Amino acid sequence: MNTPHDEIARIVRHEWGRLIAASTRLFGDLGLAEDCLQDAAEAALRHWARNGVPASPAGWLLQVARRKAIDRIRREKIALRHEQELERLLELDQNATAAEPEEIPDERLRLIFTCCHPALDRRSATALTLRMLGGLTTAEIARAFLDAPETLAQRLVRAKAKIRAAHIPFETPGPEAWPERLAAVLDVVYLVYNEGHAAMHGAAYTRPDLCNEAIRLARLLNSLKPGQAEIEGLLALLLLTESRHKARLRPDGALVPLEAQDRSLWDRILIAEGEALVVQALKRGRPGAFVLQAAVAAVHAMAASFEATDWMQIVLLYDELERASANPVFALNQAVALSYADTVDAALLRLATIGDRLDGYQPFHACLADLHRRDGNQREAASAYRRAIAMTDNEAERRFLAERLAALCEDSG
Amino acid sequence: MKYMALIYSDPAREPKPGTAEFGAYMQGFYKANEAYAAAGVLVSGDALAPVHTATTVRRRSGRMETMDGPFAETKEQLGGYYILDCADLDEALRYAAMIPTVNHGSVEVRPLADMNPEALKQLMAGA
Repeated sequence: MNTPHDEIARIVRHEWGRLIAASTRLFGDLGLAEDCLQDAAEAALRHWARNGVPASPAGWLLQVARRKAIDRIRREKIALRHEQELERLLELDQNATAAEPEEIPDERLRLIFTCCHPALDRRSATALTLRMLGGLTTAEIARAFLDAPETLAQRLVRAKAKIRAAHIPFETPGPEAWPERLAAVLDVVYLVYNEGHAAMHGAAYTRPDLCNEAIRLARLLNSLKPGQAEIEGLLALLLLTESRHKARLRPDGALVPLEAQDRSLWDRILIAEGEALVVQALKRGRPGAFVLQAAVAAVHAMAASFEATDWMQIVLLYDELERASANPVFALNQAVALSYADTVDAALLRLATIGDRLDGYQPFHACLADLHRRDGNQREAASAYRRAIAMTDNEAERRFLAERLAALCEDSG
Repeated sequence: MKYMALIYSDPAREPKPGTAEFGAYMQGFYKANEAYAAAGVLVSGDALAPVHTATTVRRRSGRMETMDGPFAETKEQLGGYYILDCADLDEALRYAAMIPTVNHGSVEVRPLADMNPEALKQLMAGA
C-alpha cells in the first residue's frame, strides 16, 4: 500500500492533467482549478495519514477541490462572474457521496488547446503545458529550461491571468481554426522535445526528462484525437529521433554524428513503433511537415549503414517538405542529402541559395564546413568550422567541431 | 465580454484613395461591418483622422503640456478601432481577422478591463 505522500506524488505525475482539465471545465477557470486542487492535495496529506488512502484517490481530490472552489468563489466575491459554475458545483456537491467514487471525465484535449493557444507566447505555452498536463512542478520546469524559478513562476502567473482576462476559451477549436490551432499544439510538444534533445545552452547535451515528457504528451494527443496524420507524424518523429539517443553521445560527452553512430545501439522497439506510425500517417494522404520529417527519420532508421541510406528518397522528401513549409532549414538538410545522393558540388550550390537567410544559424556553418572538408577545400572548411565553433554554446557540439578542425589542420600539415 | 480591436497601419503602405485597391479596401470594411451587425457583436467602431491631426496632452509637475502629434512616433499608427462584444477570445480574433487592414497592417485585440475591484486585483497579478 502506498503511503499518502507516495500516492499524492503518483497522482500528480499521472492524473494531474485529467484532474486539472475536469476541474477547469467545472469551475470555468484554469487558475482557480489549479489553486483548489493544490489545496485539496494538501488536505489529502493530512486526511489520508489519519484515515488511510481512499478507494478512489483522484475522485476524492476532485470532490474536495470542488468544495474548495465553492468556498473560494463565495469568499473572494467572484460569485457574480461564476454564478452558473457556483450553482452547478453546489448541485454536484449535494449529490456526491464519499462511498461512490465518481468517474472523472477526460477534458484533457480542451486543456491542451487552451494551454497551447497561439495568443500565448510559445515559451509560456510550453511551461503551462508541462505544468498543467505533465504535472511538473514550477521548480522542475525552471530547471529544465534553465530559467530562474521566480521568472518561470511569473511567466505562469501571467499566462493564467491572460487566459482569464482575455477569455481564452476552454474548447477544442472548430474545423475552420483546427489546422492553425493543432499546429500551435504540435509546435509546443516539439519545442519540449527539442529543448531536451539539443539543450543548446547547457553543458549537458541532452536533458532526457523533457524528451520523455514530450513523447508522453505526443502519445496523449494521439490517444485523445486518433486518426490525425500530423499528430501521428509528430509522435513518429520523436520516437525515431529518440531511438538514436544512446548512439548520439560518446561516453566522454562528445557528439557522435549520424555517419559514425553505432547502429546496433539504436532502439529497435522505438523504430518499429515510429515506422508503423509513419506508414499509417502517409496513407492518410497530403502529408504535412511532421509526417514528412518523420518519413526522413524512417529512411535513416531503415538503412543498415550510413552508406546504404536511400539518399535520393530523402532528397525527394525534402522537396515535399519545402512545398509544405517554406523553412530554409529544410533546404539545409536537403543539401546534406544531396551531397551523398549527387555530389558535394551540387550540395554547395544548394547552400548558396539559402546562405543569406541562414547566415546567423550555427548548423549552416557546421554543414558548410563539412562539405568543404569532404571536397578537400581545407581553407574554406577551416574558416567555416571556426565560425560554427564561435556560434556554439553547447559543450558536446563545440568539442565535436573542434576535433574536426584539429584533424583538418593535421592533414594539411 | 467586450474587446477592442485597435487598427494599426503604416500610412505609406495603405491603399491610396482613387485606386482600385482603395475601393477593395473600403469594401472590406463594409463587409466586416455587415458581418458584425448580422452577428450582433458590434458595439461601436470608427476611423480616426490622420495622425498629423493628433494632439497629445499631459500634466507634469502640475504643469499642463500640450504637444503636436501622437504620443509615440512609430511607423504603424492607430487608424481606427472597433469594440466588439464576443463570447471569448477565439470569436473576437475571428472577427478581427475580417478587418481588411490585417493584409498590410495589424490589428491588436484587447479585452476591455473589468473595473470590478476583485477582477482588477486578479488582472494586476499578471502585470
